Amino acid sequence: MTITSQLSADGRELTIAISGRFDFNAHQAFRDAYQRQGASPQRYVVDLQGATYLDSSALGMLLLLRDHAGGDEADIRLLNCNVDVRKVLSVSNFEQLFVIA
Amino acid sequence: MPKRLTILIAEDSPVDRMLLSTIVARQGHRVLTAADGMQAVALFEQERPQLVLMDALMPVMDGFEAARRIKQLAGDELVPIIFLTSLTENQALVGCLEAGGDDFIAKPYNPIILEAKIQAMHRLRRLQATVLAQRDLIARRNQQLLDEHRAAKAIFDKVAHAGCLNAPNIRYRQSPRALFNGDLLLAAQAPAGQMFVLLGDFTGHGLPAAIGAMPLAETFYGMAAKGHSSTDILREMNAKLKQILPVEMFCCATLLDINPLQGTLRVWNGGLPDGYLIGANGQRTPLGSRHLPLGILSAAAFDDEFEHFPLAVGDRLLLLSDGVIESRNTHDELFGERRLLALLDANSDPARLFDEIEQALLAFHGQVQDDLSLIEVSLDETLAGAPLSVPLVAHRSRPIDWSAHFELRAESLRNGNPLPLLLQLLLQVNPLRPRAGAIYTVLGELYANALEHGVLGLDSALKCDAEGFQRYYELRRERLQALAEGHIRLELSIKTHDGGGCLRIAISDSGAGFDVAHALQLQRCDQCLSGRGLHLVRQLTDGFDWQADGRGLGVEFGWAAEA
Repeated sequence: MTITSQLSADGRELTIAISGRFDFNAHQAFRDAYQRQGASPQRYVVDLQGATYLDSSALGMLLLLRDHAGGDEADIRLLNCNVDVRKVLSVSNFEQLFVIA
Repeated sequence: MPKRLTILIAEDSPVDRMLLSTIVARQGHRVLTAADGMQAVALFEQERPQLVLMDALMPVMDGFEAARRIKQLAGDELVPIIFLTSLTENQALVGCLEAGGDDFIAKPYNPIILEAKIQAMHRLRRLQATVLAQRDLIARRNQQLLDEHRAAKAIFDKVAHAGCLNAPNIRYRQSPRALFNGDLLLAAQAPAGQMFVLLGDFTGHGLPAAIGAMPLAETFYGMAAKGHSSTDILREMNAKLKQILPVEMFCCATLLDINPLQGTLRVWNGGLPDGYLIGANGQRTPLGSRHLPLGILSAAAFDDEFEHFPLAVGDRLLLLSDGVIESRNTHDELFGERRLLALLDANSDPARLFDEIEQALLAFHGQVQDDLSLIEVSLDETLAGAPLSVPLVAHRSRPIDWSAHFELRAESLRNGNPLPLLLQLLLQVNPLRPRAGAIYTVLGELYANALEHGVLGLDSALKCDAEGFQRYYELRRERLQALAEGHIRLELSIKTHDGGGCLRIAISDSGAGFDVAHALQLQRCDQCLSGRGLHLVRQLTDGFDWQADGRGLGVEFGWAAEA
């Protein structure tokens, strides 16, 4: 599991890329990725291209990000989900909270 | 810094023994000496030295045997044995290793190499001691944790009790540890005869999940017993979890509201794998997740829309936690949805399905899994049985003579369920308490009739097939949402006399009315559970009458005075 994050040039969009298993072990690294000092992006992208697996604690982490990003006002897109990851997200109906593409 | 150790030297040659003990003593260690294996073992038992330098070939007992015995006496503790040997044949060296030797040193002894080996062995010793201490600590802590879990489960069982999980029409499998795996299984019989079943799966494991389960169970059982609707219970559980759980925690759940009297099933699934409604003929309807799990959305945003299905005697309901599908066996293979569906497809006798799933899981894993939950509810005749009875309160009944009128108008019909309140009011009358279940059932039937057929003008003929069923409840929702006027009037009157007393419930509505006598005849359709309402009302009450225009019904419950 690796997590990298990249702030757009204008500082408005933060992209967090996850590869490998997105599970409880990612907790601290995922938090660190969005709790950057000095940055206050308005939009978030979670790039799941490399994510092979997602468990319920990963769903919890996404909820934490959503909370951090303003709750109901949060603008978060989950991109490049593979079939398994998309299935987990859709059983939990997370498309009601996130834009999933 | 080198550490001083107690070192046992076993060597039959006095010269070599002297030489070696001088070297070792000079390095600051305490030395014990033995001239043969027997002496060495005896000294070991007496003094428990930390390291042994052992000659291989000695009289009385050789070094191999002595090494074996010392290792045995040492047990878990690491007592390194370094063989002193000029043996060079591999076979002899292998013999040393097999006897438990940890290292060799050959003559002539080089003091620097000897000290290096002693210190290396000592480090190994310390490492082993640390590992053992940690192992013991972990074992103790784990035991403590298991004891605490047992105690916590006992408390939980007192708070949550088993509800009606032990009813004859329910089969379930859940290990006592499941609570700490975040799984929760609840079943309650509601006063009006419905059965509510909740399967929940908290994110995360251990104490947080178990603590979250506690208020959920209390809400579920408390509200079910008071006659609240499944919608109200669901909303309350969501609100409670939203309030108490940290942001990243939630509870995937399926709530079943099984109404054998009306022949309806209401299902709300948020985040759990598909459950199944399986007909007596094997026809299978998935009960899929349509909602976000509990504890995520605020009350305002929460979606409490249930799906509706017709139910008949012989139907089965199957719910399972994702532990079933996501469990892996020792080869790291996933049990998977495909295996489950294959099982469901292969089943020829629905009554055997639960056993088949259990057997398949056991065969797949080779042992019983403790992190999955499985429940099956079958619709049999007993489900409609025993209505709730509420214990008498200990005061003498006094003469009573009162009546209460309620008129519920559009806004209240849309948003409220007056029945729990009315039931609480009627339960103040002691002689009515033993018949609480029957009274509630009758109130529920009368109210549902007045609302759905009277005020909303819905035709129960729609409910004859599964599609019509879904349509019926969609229409109900739409019309209720759009309702601008209309009313239901309820009149409760209670009067006691010398020989006993009587409760009369009269209900009327703003609808077009219906031909009661005709409806009573039509409803004699036994195989279909729906539409048993009026007959049931008639059976459960002591008097039943209706207005000629079909807009009002009245029922009576009588009782005889206490002896």
